[in-house]
Order: sequence, then C-alpha cells, then structure tokens
Amino acid sequence: MTEQASEALVQLPFDQLPYVQLLGIRKSFGAVRALAGVDLAIPSGRMISVVGHNGAGKSTLMQILAGTLAPDAGTIRVGGHEVGAGYGVRRAGALGIRCVFQELSLCPNLSAEENTRVVHPALAGPGWRRRARRLIGAALDAIFPGHGIDTRRPVGFLPIGQRQMVETARAFTETDRPVRLVILDEPTASLDATAAEQLLRYTAEARARGVAVVFISHRLPEILGHADEIFVMRDGQVVGSEEAGALDEQQLVEMMGVVRAVEPTPKASAQAERGEIRVEQQARPDAPVPVRLRAGEVVGLAGLAGHGQRALLQAVFDAAHHRRAQLRVAGSVAYVSGDRRTEGIFPLWSVGLNTTIGNLRRLARLGWLSAAREAALAEEWRTRLDIRTPDIGRPIMSLSGGNQQKVLVARAFAAEADIILFDDPLRGVDVATKRELYQHVRRAADAGRAFLWYTTENSELVNCDRVYVFYRGAITDEIAHAELSDERVIRASFGTGQTVGV
Amino acid sequence: MPAAPGAGAAPRGPYRVASHGSALRVGLPAAALIVMLGLIFTMQPRAMSYFGLTVLLGFTLPAIFAAMAQMAVIAVGDIDLGIGPFISLINCIAATLLAQHPVLGWLALAALVALYAAMGALIHLRRLPSIVVTLGASFVWLGLALLVLPSPGGAPPAWLPALLGWHPPLLPLPVLASLLLAALGEFLLMHTSYGVVLRGIGGNPRAIERAGWSLLAGRMSLYALAGLSGVIAGLALTGLNTAGDATVGAQYTLISIAAVIVGGGEFVGGIVTPAGTVIGAWIMLLAGSLLSFLNISTDWQLSVQGGILIVVLGLRALNRWSGA
Repeated sequence: MTEQASEALVQLPFDQLPYVQLLGIRKSFGAVRALAGVDLAIPSGRMISVVGHNGAGKSTLMQILAGTLAPDAGTIRVGGHEVGAGYGVRRAGALGIRCVFQELSLCPNLSAEENTRVVHPALAGPGWRRRARRLIGAALDAIFPGHGIDTRRPVGFLPIGQRQMVETARAFTETDRPVRLVILDEPTASLDATAAEQLLRYTAEARARGVAVVFISHRLPEILGHADEIFVMRDGQVVGSEEAGALDEQQLVEMMGVVRAVEPTPKASAQAERGEIRVEQQARPDAPVPVRLRAGEVVGLAGLAGHGQRALLQAVFDAAHHRRAQLRVAGSVAYVSGDRRTEGIFPLWSVGLNTTIGNLRRLARLGWLSAAREAALAEEWRTRLDIRTPDIGRPIMSLSGGNQQKVLVARAFAAEADIILFDDPLRGVDVATKRELYQHVRRAADAGRAFLWYTTENSELVNCDRVYVFYRGAITDEIAHAELSDERVIRASFGTGQTVGV
Repeated sequence: MPAAPGAGAAPRGPYRVASHGSALRVGLPAAALIVMLGLIFTMQPRAMSYFGLTVLLGFTLPAIFAAMAQMAVIAVGDIDLGIGPFISLINCIAATLLAQHPVLGWLALAALVALYAAMGALIHLRRLPSIVVTLGASFVWLGLALLVLPSPGGAPPAWLPALLGWHPPLLPLPVLASLLLAALGEFLLMHTSYGVVLRGIGGNPRAIERAGWSLLAGRMSLYALAGLSGVIAGLALTGLNTAGDATVGAQYTLISIAAVIVGGGEFVGGIVTPAGTVIGAWIMLLAGSLLSFLNISTDWQLSVQGGILIVVLGLRALNRWSGA
C-alpha cells in the first residue's frame, strides 16, 4: 500500500463518520433527571453548538463527553469504536477530546507552561519546561496573536481574560496525541470582543484541519454566525437540530422555549400593588431597570445562571445591615441558600436547632435561651411545613434533601424577617416538596412578607408576581405575572429582548 | 463565572502578593537573613569563621529538615502539627533501637515514613482536616517516644555524631547541607514535571484531578517526603545531642511552620519556596542566637520566634489590603 493510499484511508472517516457519537445517554442526580436519552453526533471538522436554557442538560452532557461524569445509561462511540465503562478524563484525553470548562480549571499558583504540563503526561523528563513553553506559546500566538501573555508568570496574577486565553489555548496544544474534538463551554464569556473574534476565527482553521468543535455560548449571534450545526436541548433531551444558516435568533429562541401544559397559576397577590416598599434601587445608566420590591410581593430573578442574580441578593442582604447609596432596604432580611451543604445547614445539629438558629434573639431572655420555647417554635414549623421527621431532636442529616431544604425555608420563616431572599433554594428538590413550598411562599406573601426569588427553573417563575430577567449583570426585562411566557424569559436571558419597563 | 461584572479585575488572594514576583518572595527573607548575620558578626566577629559558623549554625541542621517536612505538607494546603513530636520519636529510636539493633532501627524508621504517607492517605480519603489528624498524631508520636525511651538517655550509634561532626572542606557542614537541601528542594518541587503536579494540587485540586492525576498519590508522595525529612531531622538532632529525649523536638513544630511562612510560603494555594524555607529556618534559629548576643534571656526566644511569624503574616495582610 502506498503512503498516499493509507493516508486516504485515514482521511476517509473524517467526512463520513461522526468522530463522536452519543446514543441514548441518560443521567440522573438523585430525583432530578438531567439527561433523558440524548443522541448527538459530532462530525470531524465541524463546529456544533448546543443551546438551551438553565437545566436543559448542556453542562451535564459536556461533562459526560469530557469524561468527568459517567452516564447512567447509553453508548459513547469515539472514532467508530464504543468506549466502555473505563471512559474517563485520561481516556478522553488519549482519544483527543479536550474540554475548556466553564469555571476555569487552571491552577492559579502555576504558570501557563506549568499548567500546560499538567494536562500533558508526555511533557515530562529533561527539557519539559522548554517544550511546554514552546507549545503553549505557539498555541497562544496562533489563536490570540498579540496576546502579550508571559507564560512564565503564575496564571493567578493574570487578569481573568488572559487566564481564559491560556485555558483555551491549552486545549488546542498537542503532544503525543492529536486533538480531535475540543469542547468550548462559554469560552468567550470573559474574553473581550477582539479576543473572542480571534478565537472564533481560529475555530475555522481548526475545523479545516479536521478538528471537531462543540461550542456553547449564551451569545446567540456568535452561535448563529460561526457554528455549522445547532442542537437545541430542553428538559434533558435534544429537541431539534438545524444547520446554523437556516435559523435566525427568533426561531432559535422559540425552539428553546417550552409549550407547557397550563398549570393552575396562583393569582397575584392584591396587596402587592399597595404594600410598603421593602427594596428600592436607584436607576443608573448601567442598571436601566431599577429593582423594586413591595411587602406582600414575590419577585422572581431569572436568566442564565451567574448573570448577576446572586449578586443582587447579596447586595440586598448587605444593604439591610449597612447603608448603601444605590439600594434602599427597609426591614429585616433572611437568606435561604440553595447550596445547603456549604452555606445552609449545620450538619451536626438537630432539625430543631437548625430551624431556630435564625431567631435566637427572640427566643432568649436576658441572654439565656429557653429550651422549651425553642422546641415549641421548631415544633410549630415542623407541623406548618410538614417536615418529615418523627422528632425535631433527630440530626438534620437524617432527613432527605428536600426536607433539609424545607428546614432552611422554615428557618427563614421562623426568623420573622420582612424580606426573604431565595437563592435558588429548590434546586434538586422533588416535585411534591416544591408544590408544598410554593403554597407556603404564597401564604407568607399574603401575610406581608416580601420575596426576592432567584431561580434557575423557569417553570418556578409562575409563582412570582413579577420577574426580572438578568443578562450579563444587568436586568434586560421586567415581566408582570400576566405577561409571563417562557419565550420572553429566554429571549431576555440571551440579551435579545428589548429593555422594557412595565 | 461567565460574564461576571468586573471581568478583567486584578487577581485577589495570595497572588496579589505573588505579583511582586517570586524573586521578592525569597529575596525579602534573604535580605533579612543578611541583616541578622551582619548584626551577629558585628557583635561577635569570631562567629565569622569556619568554626564560628559551625557552632553558630549547628542546630540549623534539624531545623532545615523539619522546615522542609512542613513545607511538603503546606504545599498541598495542609498543615502538620505533629512534626515536632515526630522528631522526638525519631530521636528516641535513634538513641536506642538504632544503636542496639540497627536492622530493626532502620525498619522502624522506614515504617514511620510509611505511616506519614498513610496519614496523607487518611486525610485525603476521609476528607479530614489535616490540622486535626496531625494534632492527634502528635500525641501518638509522643506516646511512642515515651514508650521507646521513658526517661532521657540512651546513646546514638557511633557513626551519627561522627557524621554531624564532619568538617567538609571550604564550607561548614550546616551551610553546605542548607545549600544542598535548598537546591534539592527547588529541583524536586519547582523544576521536575511531577513537582508541578504536586504544587498544582495545592492550587486547584479539581483541575489536577480533571487532568487525570491521582490526588491520593500526590498527597501520599508529599506526606512521605515530609516523613523522610522528619526522619533526617530527628537523626541530625540525635547526632548533635548524642542522647535521646522524648520531648526534645516539641519546639520544631512552631519553628518549621514559621520557617515556611517567613520564607515566602502561604498557608493556602500551593505557594511554597524551598530555598526561602531554608532561609526561614535560619532566621528562626538565628533569632535565638541574636537574643543571647544581646544579653537578653533566651526565655524570650519562643516569643520572638512567634512574634516574627505574626509580624510577617501581618505585613503580608497589610500589603494585600493596601493594594486592593
């Protein structure tokens, strides 16, 4: 066989077989189904884009592809061969699959060249540092000409944009194995316009070499302008795919939205119109839609995760204790975190103590806590929220996740705060518990509490009287309960909605 | 975080200080050391000789190895509160078992290094705080030391004091050993390709794991290195003291931590400097000598050593805030 012939044979599958094929991939986290049978084919030399709103399953799918998560069921084929149970990061790397994760996965104390060494087992032995420097330097020069990054400085003191460049360039470096597929998960989020453009232009060069690219972005124009094919995900499934050229933003947004069965939506509280103003933000040029919250109101904060919703909750929480110029907060504040393990529960304490910790001042007399009153309060909230434990003296860790979350909500209610901040508290909670808590929230609002509710699940927004949608740190839309639609939320989440005041 | 407002913000945390470059990290303690040596030489010109330095720096030998042991643990973001009693235990074994039954003695020392590695494995697998595990271990080491040698005494094998009394040409033994240790540490941790991975664990363990490295192997390697350094420190101490004592090592816990920090290391984030750590150990020990030359009671030595640590950490915090 001549050299040319064998080369042709290697070239052949490039165009005909997808390099990676996912078939019927399923993955659940506890009661939450993240992926419900996903099929995806990624051909060599093409850039596909996966779009979807929060919780559609994009990140889970990418983690499975990159080998950091194992699917519960389904088949992964790479280069035509099925990869078995041993599919992990090392194996994915050996097959030429690289991932630029959304949260930076560089070691801040190591330099760019040292971080390059970390992902290349082949960069070892004498002279590894010189080789690593050449490798990452060449990749940076190729992708981001004029980057001006010193690859010998620890990346921790590079600005975030340059760190993102290093991370991206690292994914395209090759040692002993060629790069076949690069997953770019929000690669342009922290890049400036020039660098983002450079990267997108480079993906075309990479594609010409036969590298497949998976591109995930919240900027729809980037996707429409550069991807070859777009896969739309919704509720853990791929619900459609189109050639990028055949779509416009409007159609894409429509595909991401859901036509839901009409649920009985709770009617907006009448009080909300007249209630005392609890939170009021000054309008500023960079915040055209000021936040306002009245007593008795439930206000939702929507948008893609990490676009400034949590920052607002933090600001309100801080402003309740210190004066802030741009934010006026009247009343006491309680915070319910969705990350109960790290910032919610006291894992060694009982259910009762976890409930009453927010209200100790009211339970104490002359600095002494009354155990009886504490128990009475905890018992009262156990009954009211139907927390399923035989005894409030049981350790909190003996409860199911949903019930632990109920305890956190009970803590906020028991604290008798005027304003309750919800930081996506029902993430990963079963549906029945959610329904119950929605009712409690509405009842508490009717009693005059005010809620700021950050949620990553659009279906939860029907419980809100009003919704603010965030995009890149600012509010892009304010939607009244009556006008709420998935499509409008999604459009605003991708920054394509008009900035509207209601 | 995508599109966080303030993207492009300056880095925070320990790296702000690091932005002055690692040259300053080691340069600052080095300058402090030169000043201290200058003061000592001015007050005691006789110290500025081969034998003067040998006497003055004699006890830096166990200290630099103790500091290196501590540095290996701090590199992964842990801390070792048991290194002092561990050195005591080595001291007791060296003064008894090693002299009487050399084979058993060496086996015991090897087993202790393995125990250190196992401690690293325990901390990693059970996700325990190192501060608790090593503090607990410190009582185990102390108890074992008392079992081996209930009251001070014993004698080391003859070769050990002889080795410590060796006068190499040109440079006194403590200086030569310090230079070699600093060079070896720099090479292993800062210049080998696996050293990069080990430091990376301290910086961002998830990233290292995602790149396919075993965090367990990494932590065990560093703890084994710490155990090995601790054994050498204990042997060096025995060679100098020519006797065993179950409490003699206690001070090395503070000295070793202070040496790492004064030498430019950080408690978090995988930032360590082997050369700086050796300098830090010198500074901590010379602080005691300086006190005695100034006719200040050596009772103050511990306070001064602790004080230096607080001042260094305070200055660093100040630097961080003023830069913010």
